[in-house]
Amino acid sequence: MSLQKPPLYQEHAAADADFTDFGGWEMPVSFESITSEHRAVRESAGIFDVSHMGEVSVSGPDATELMNRLTTNAVESLGPDDAQYACILREDGSILDDTVVYRYPDEEGYLFVPNAGNDAEMASRWSEFARRWDLDASARNLTDERGMIAVQGPDAVERVAEGADHPVEDLSRFSAARTTIDDVPCLVARTGYTGEDGFEIIFPSEGAETVWRAFDDVQPCGLGARDTLRLEAGLLLSGQDFHPEEEPRTPYEAGLGFVVDLSKDRFVGRAELEAQKEAGADEQLVGIRVEGSGIARHGYPILVDGTEVGHVTSGTMSPTFDVPIALGYVDAEYAGDETDLQIDIRGRTVEATVVNHRFLETLGNNT
Amino acid sequence: MEYDVPDDRYYTESHEWLEERNGSARIGIADFAQDELGDIVFVDLPAVGETFAKGDAFGVIESIKAVSDIYVPVGGEIVDRHETVVDEPELVNDDPFGEGWLVEIEATDGIEDPDLLSPEEYRNQIE
Repeated sequence: MSLQKPPLYQEHAAADADFTDFGGWEMPVSFESITSEHRAVRESAGIFDVSHMGEVSVSGPDATELMNRLTTNAVESLGPDDAQYACILREDGSILDDTVVYRYPDEEGYLFVPNAGNDAEMASRWSEFARRWDLDASARNLTDERGMIAVQGPDAVERVAEGADHPVEDLSRFSAARTTIDDVPCLVARTGYTGEDGFEIIFPSEGAETVWRAFDDVQPCGLGARDTLRLEAGLLLSGQDFHPEEEPRTPYEAGLGFVVDLSKDRFVGRAELEAQKEAGADEQLVGIRVEGSGIARHGYPILVDGTEVGHVTSGTMSPTFDVPIALGYVDAEYAGDETDLQIDIRGRTVEATVVNHRFLETLGNNT
Repeated sequence: MEYDVPDDRYYTESHEWLEERNGSARIGIADFAQDELGDIVFVDLPAVGETFAKGDAFGVIESIKAVSDIYVPVGGEIVDRHETVVDEPELVNDDPFGEGWLVEIEATDGIEDPDLLSPEEYRNQIE
């Protein structure tokens, strides 16, 4: 199967971007350099094409019930224009995908954003369960008809407010509004994946070039910087920090208990989570600061006194803190902050320390 | 993309360069290689005195994206290692043919080696 090209592919090719395959999409890794793009987002603003993400709309009288039963968070608490982060679980409590759920500002129904490559599976999951539970709700996979960009950084809100035809600067975090950007209808949400303020903007794919070019004075950023930014922010990557087959994890293991609402009547995976909350998870996600030289990469073993106690799931050199950082899972007894670990970096044992994985706060306080 | 290929040195298929200097040979990686790697964050170099046969991996260059072994273009003994580049790995990106140099080697069999590529041959390879 060949790679899908995002609506903005020609823009990126014309900008001489380096490309990679991500989730079945041919996406830019970098335009200038990962480090310079990363710094642009931390210091001013950067713009990302995230059209590879999915968009699924859910409508009908039972839409809230269906959303509530298939995600972990409290969907019924969403007012019009509110959004929330959530997990989508299997019956055994393991995470299929994480997602942001939006309640539409002005009409009944929801939009949720599965990760790249997962849209078809999620749309059909929603339809299948609506049928199974005899709920009057339907899911529509809009991914091929939509584009999405993100503008992130301390100057991002100002830049998007300048480009939008309606006021957006007063939108609170995790709120969305409808507006137009150069006449293209957009859903603008104050959400993001970088640890900075900013917006994610969804629009019909035919409008992609217009919306992208409305911000042509903002530094284009690729998936390389997207990864270094989200890692510094302590955000997980679906398919890498958890994966239904290769790295099955419950929200409690993955540090995502804060998006689980066990007071909900029913949702897929609830029983398993209740049991795990009671017993405690055997393994835990930790943040890791590498004390020696070398990047701790996906799959590298984590040791304590020569015994393997876990493995790395994501790692990079933090451009902001100039130190290698990583996420990984370890036996729960070694998950405490300041625990001394060793990482096996291609045969070399390198010292490391457990730190709270919100590196922007944790490492920021130490400088 | 136009890559720098200075005419004053030899090259290898694996994108190292070799520059003759007063009896020993200075080694680094070419512009193409630093561009492929992206932001270089660690440079692992051997100690002075270590010896390698032609084609042996003598070090590792690590970027955010990738880890890459680097190979000696000719066999010999390491007579100098560039400490600055270990502390400032970004020099390899910024100035791969100048301040980004890695080691100097005293070549056992001299540097006239048929496997070394001329600038022209290397340019053809990377086009």
